[in-house]
Amino acid sequence: MAQHQVNYASAAGLPIALTSVDKLVNWGRSNSLWPLTYGLACCAIEMMASGASRYDFDRMGTIFRASPRQADVMILAGTLSKKHSEFARRLYDQMTEPKWVISMGSCANTGGMFNTYATVQGVDRIIPVDIYLPGCAPRPETLQYALMMLQKKIRRESANMNNNTKQNLRLV
Amino acid sequence: MQQPNKLTPFFENLNFERDDNTMVINFGPQHPSAHGQLRLVLELDGEQVVKAYPDIGYLHRGIEKMAENMTYNEFLPTTDRLDYIASTSNNYAYALAVEKLLGIEAPRRAQVIRTMLLELNRVISHLFFIATHALDVGAMSVFLYAFREREYAMDLMEEYCGARLTHSSVRIGGVPLDLPKDWIINMISFCDKVDHELEHTYNALLQENRIWKMRLEDVGVISAEDALSWGCTGPMLRGSGVNWDIRKEEPYELYGELDFDIPVSNRCDSYGRYRLYMEEMKQSTRILRQLVPMYKESDPQLMAHAPQYISAPKEEIMTQNYALMQHFVLVTQGMRPPKGEVYVPTESPKGELGFYIKSEGEPYAYRLKCRAPSFFHTGLLQEILVGTYIADVVTIIGSTNIVFGEVDR
Repeated sequence: MAQHQVNYASAAGLPIALTSVDKLVNWGRSNSLWPLTYGLACCAIEMMASGASRYDFDRMGTIFRASPRQADVMILAGTLSKKHSEFARRLYDQMTEPKWVISMGSCANTGGMFNTYATVQGVDRIIPVDIYLPGCAPRPETLQYALMMLQKKIRRESANMNNNTKQNLRLV
Repeated sequence: MQQPNKLTPFFENLNFERDDNTMVINFGPQHPSAHGQLRLVLELDGEQVVKAYPDIGYLHRGIEKMAENMTYNEFLPTTDRLDYIASTSNNYAYALAVEKLLGIEAPRRAQVIRTMLLELNRVISHLFFIATHALDVGAMSVFLYAFREREYAMDLMEEYCGARLTHSSVRIGGVPLDLPKDWIINMISFCDKVDHELEHTYNALLQENRIWKMRLEDVGVISAEDALSWGCTGPMLRGSGVNWDIRKEEPYELYGELDFDIPVSNRCDSYGRYRLYMEEMKQSTRILRQLVPMYKESDPQLMAHAPQYISAPKEEIMTQNYALMQHFVLVTQGMRPPKGEVYVPTESPKGELGFYIKSEGEPYAYRLKCRAPSFFHTGLLQEILVGTYIADVVTIIGSTNIVFGEVDR
């Protein structure tokens, strides 16, 4: 029986890659971000355009889901009114961990041009937000960049979400 | 009876458990087929809808109230956010109402450009209708094809005004810019593309598609009397066999000079309305082609000459003292239209879109009311959903083509 000396760690060795659990889990999480179709107003149209032919977010592993139970990311696209805000919180609570939130457009970020009695002045008053996406309405490219930023952020996190404090999550 | 508190909010005390064998289900406000934020409370007997209550207000942003605290020019970009699928039609309807209040008329070239943008927006909006309606019914590929063409139209809009969705491409008294170089050529090739795709892609995919016809035929039937008494306009009214289009009845802009047909369907169902939308897109490309020679014959003036209300051209402001003073007053205080009230209807892609403005001679409108077609079509839902099956509810909502930006305002 021939004796083979295999250096497992070298490039010409067996097809084995060494990594940490964090990296492995985050590789999976960051490349299959399934957003919730949470279109509220104008930005929802750009969000739909992002999923359609020209921008084709499916290639990034971003497949829009209609149910919060199946979603990882809530893309809050549009104006959140006070009447709707309780539903926004409820949908966020229904999403399973780990979950992230992208606030898309000026209205979702700060209330935008609608500084009125009916509009929530920023969705971060209702739910915690990971990425703020400026623009009125942001282009699909902008949303794509936001998703890439979120992927970067996820890759830096610990796989155990309990270890991720708010400070560690902050993007520099 | 619910006891509302911070953790269990107040949900209008709906009695979900019934003794009369009906079931109450809640639809929306976050539902992929709710076209925004429609909430429907449906009372079901088996699979049949017994009662339907549309609940609106989830996108209420107080736009009409905002108009009372903004000068007339400031408010124009806010109108983009009413019917955000065809923004220019809102900009235009508002600008036309203010122009009527001021008693001015846009110059010829501005009118040609406006009509072009309006018809381009009609194509964008109708393509969006076909896309989402098909997606709701279950035909995903139509969505992808329709959005492909829609992107080309958005490219044209972007080339003209720089924005994809919220255009603000019309000003009170004219348009801000002339058409860019080669825009007309691109527009004609877009028209060719749309005509070709309508015939070879959408018709081929949908028109005789067995599933599409089964889902749409005799679903959402609206009789002509119902459509009239519920205040339906646009394709919802023409889909019920009433020949009414404001572009023909009260021609505004250049529609009086243009040669186009108003398609009418006597089927009264969702399939008839789908055919209507397809036909209207063909008419829009026909109008766009007719506008090209009109553009070439027109003078290059873009804004109306009314220095009391609209700033003079830049050269005049830079050279003439009085023009500069007027410009300064207009920029710092805003225009002051004469006292009076005005209502101007226009045919937006969804129906009659009109603005009512009451002016007290101040730089701010005393009251502004937006008559949006989708609002009336949402009200109609409580009539036409009764007796239908729950599987058809989404088809009917899709067929009414409502947009919540203009329902809730």
